[in-house]
Amino acid sequence: MEWTFLDTWIVVVGMLSAMACALLGNYLVLRRMSMMGDAISHAVLPGLAIAFLVSGSRDSLPMLIGAILIGVLTTLFIQGIDRLSGLDRGASMGVVFTTLFALGLILIRQAADHVDLDPSCVLYGAIELTPLDTYLWLDWEIPRAAVTTAVMLLINIIFVITFFKELKITSFDPALATTIGINANVMQYVLMTLVAATTIAAFESVGSILVIAMLIVPGAAAHLLTDRLAPMLLISLLFAGTSAFLGHLSAITVPTWFGFQDTSTAGMMAVMAGVLFCVVILFAPRYGLLSRYANQLRLGIKIVRDDILGFLYRYQELATAEAVPVKTSQVRTALKAGLSVDISLWDLERKKMVRKKDDQLTLTPAGLETGRNLIRSHRLWETYLCNQMGYCGTNVHRYAHQLEHFTDANMQNRLGQVTGQPVLDPHEREIPKA
Amino acid sequence: MISKTTMFRLLLIAVTVAVADLTAVVAFASGLSDPHIQWPSAEELIRVISFQDYNTRVVIIGTTLLGLAAGLIGTFLLLRKRALLSDAISHATLPGIALAFILMTLTLGDGKILLGLIAGATIFSVLGTASVLFIQKQTRLKDDAALGIVLSVYFGLGIALMGMATRMEAGNAAGLSSFIYGKTASMLFFDALLIALVALIAIVFCISFFKEFALICFDAEFGASQGWPVNRLDFLMMTIVVVVTVIGLQAVGLILVVALLIIPAAAARFWTFSLRHMLWLSGLFGALSGMLGSGISALMANLPAGAVIVLTASVLFIFSMVFGSARGVVRLVFERLKLRRRILQENLLRDLYEWHESMADTVVNETLAVNLEWIGPRLADLLTQRSWSPRRLNRTIQRLIRNDRLVADGDNRLHFTEKGMRIAKEVVRKHRLWEAYLIAHADVATGTVDLSADRIEHILDEDIIRQLEDLFPSVSPRDLPRSPHKINIAEGTV
Repeated sequence: MEWTFLDTWIVVVGMLSAMACALLGNYLVLRRMSMMGDAISHAVLPGLAIAFLVSGSRDSLPMLIGAILIGVLTTLFIQGIDRLSGLDRGASMGVVFTTLFALGLILIRQAADHVDLDPSCVLYGAIELTPLDTYLWLDWEIPRAAVTTAVMLLINIIFVITFFKELKITSFDPALATTIGINANVMQYVLMTLVAATTIAAFESVGSILVIAMLIVPGAAAHLLTDRLAPMLLISLLFAGTSAFLGHLSAITVPTWFGFQDTSTAGMMAVMAGVLFCVVILFAPRYGLLSRYANQLRLGIKIVRDDILGFLYRYQELATAEAVPVKTSQVRTALKAGLSVDISLWDLERKKMVRKKDDQLTLTPAGLETGRNLIRSHRLWETYLCNQMGYCGTNVHRYAHQLEHFTDANMQNRLGQVTGQPVLDPHEREIPKA
Repeated sequence: MISKTTMFRLLLIAVTVAVADLTAVVAFASGLSDPHIQWPSAEELIRVISFQDYNTRVVIIGTTLLGLAAGLIGTFLLLRKRALLSDAISHATLPGIALAFILMTLTLGDGKILLGLIAGATIFSVLGTASVLFIQKQTRLKDDAALGIVLSVYFGLGIALMGMATRMEAGNAAGLSSFIYGKTASMLFFDALLIALVALIAIVFCISFFKEFALICFDAEFGASQGWPVNRLDFLMMTIVVVVTVIGLQAVGLILVVALLIIPAAAARFWTFSLRHMLWLSGLFGALSGMLGSGISALMANLPAGAVIVLTASVLFIFSMVFGSARGVVRLVFERLKLRRRILQENLLRDLYEWHESMADTVVNETLAVNLEWIGPRLADLLTQRSWSPRRLNRTIQRLIRNDRLVADGDNRLHFTEKGMRIAKEVVRKHRLWEAYLIAHADVATGTVDLSADRIEHILDEDIIRQLEDLFPSVSPRDLPRSPHKINIAEGTV
């Protein structure tokens, strides 16, 4: 495999169109209108076909007009059916875009004699061929598609920067937008029109399915990575560019591993976007699966740690002078846990709260203090639950056991005050002093 | 189950719609003055219509059954608000088809074994559904983003695999694209038979699980609390959706198969408020779309079959949206008009009553109704009362006279008939009850209460009236108390 200037242009066109889509896609994701991108990119088909039939050419201007018309019409139809029928949004979209797509297929079949147009080309584009159709500019041969998509990206950037505030407020709180004099409806129509125009600009190179991928996946991934709008926009652009680059790279390398020559670049760009999205789902710092599991694990270990300290404290409380220190196996039996006890014990030793000698466990002064504190919280909660809430039965221990882990010094103080600084808990056990 | 009259009505709707539909699609096709469309000769027409051609017959029966199955299960899908999930499911089949083709070509030498391709499609559509649910449940993304991601990434994977398949030396991948756009006309006998069989099974399931599916559509939580295996039923429902989608690929293609699931059900909803009727009608619409669509495309070989089937369904949808007897636009407009008329009439009756009341200067009683000694108002007098145009006022009066509520005497003055008096009294009573309520419980000032009550008195139903009567027994049907505020009727008009 050799990387030629053709590959460079393919990547450039792919990145430009992916970024143009991703920028607008952020707002679709935030407005929960992702499927609107799907609907519009299917619905542009008749717009294209009519533009071809009327103008008899593949010029950009008629296509653009067709796209804008269709963008507005699709939005109008969907809203109209939504309102008239009481169907849910998804169903109205489904009715509108399939109808328009079917109409487009028939029209294209009719137009096939006049212009070179193939529905497959609309669906998955022909990015591999874009470098061949060039445009001369100051002695440079630039692919026409690169120019179109660059212009589209520029328009979208200008739109987003100019109307940053308006787009933000209409996306997050349309009602507030209306009260401060921003017409949320107009913003929505402008956004949809731009989505349609971008779809048209990009369809030729990457096809409408990739347009959907690039409209939705980068924005969704960025939404998992940050809570702020401006970083989200930048991340989505980076995401889109990276998936386009990796997409082409894998389109010409991955198939060779399995003995194939190469495959569709547009398809692989969508696949790479999906792969990157999976990576984000797993590793996102705040909303990722791994960080969530790690948090749960950390919390779990903390609870086991508390339980060990509590157990050792209680043991010491009841122990007579000649009692032998507790063994690890006894802790395991008492807590009905294995591995987590070992991990927590290791952690406690490291924190110098528990001393382990010949498999015999004793609390260090620091450990004793923490355990005392915990038991105080537990017994105060039991008192509170029994006196103030009337839970005196068998459940009281269970509830107190859950609450003790989340009680800080302030809360404990307050509990002591509310319950009147009791000496004994409902089970007649002594409540340690603070 | 369904009464005879309902059945008859459904059939009547179906026939009307079918005729309208056929005309529209043919008119649309002929509108494209293109040499590309080959109009069928009379012989061909007869052959298709009379099902003489064995292959055509099987294909038409297959697509009809497919439409019926899709219409039935689509109803539940629509009510479960999962219409677009079927879009993600159908797009997710492509990598399965391509992968199955590649694997079968490499191992068996022949990549186009239909059952293998269908198996691949099914596996990936299940994977796609699982991915949607996973993204929905495990991330902060909403269902729309989940659908869009799965749909586009799976389809992208499908295209990449198709790209590899078409570049393979062994095997011929040419026919695979028919799964994207459908190929009804060139469907083989075996394909059509398979579609018919599977559709039949899906239909049987839909009908036998009607009650259970209805339950999870309307109140899944209630169902769960009653001990129904809601999750398993949901799974069964989605399985039927997947199966219908997969067999529909061949007929209409994966982009448009979602239309067969959504459009007939959405169209049926305009005709009825009952789930049972909606189900039957949706099935009927689906079957009609399949039959007419494949029939038309069998006649005109150049029209892509899947698109024609979907457009047929779309025409049905538009027809239903306009003329639907339950939620159609015409009915909606008509009802709004009727309400407006009633409001005008009620307002006029109340005006006249209050006129009489102010003339009598006493509590109006029953005998007043036909007492022609009272001087009724003239048109000109009434015109000063409300900001109505003379035309509208005149029309309303004419309508009231026609309906035997009012009579005009030789002097062109208006009087109540007995019936008119009764109704007028009823209207005034509603108005005063509501006024009393507003003054007593909503702290509305006496001066503005007339206007507030005016807006709502027309839509108060029996139940609320009864409650108001309990609250204000003094506003009895026999003797109406005077209005709580001054009525500026009499001044300046006599």
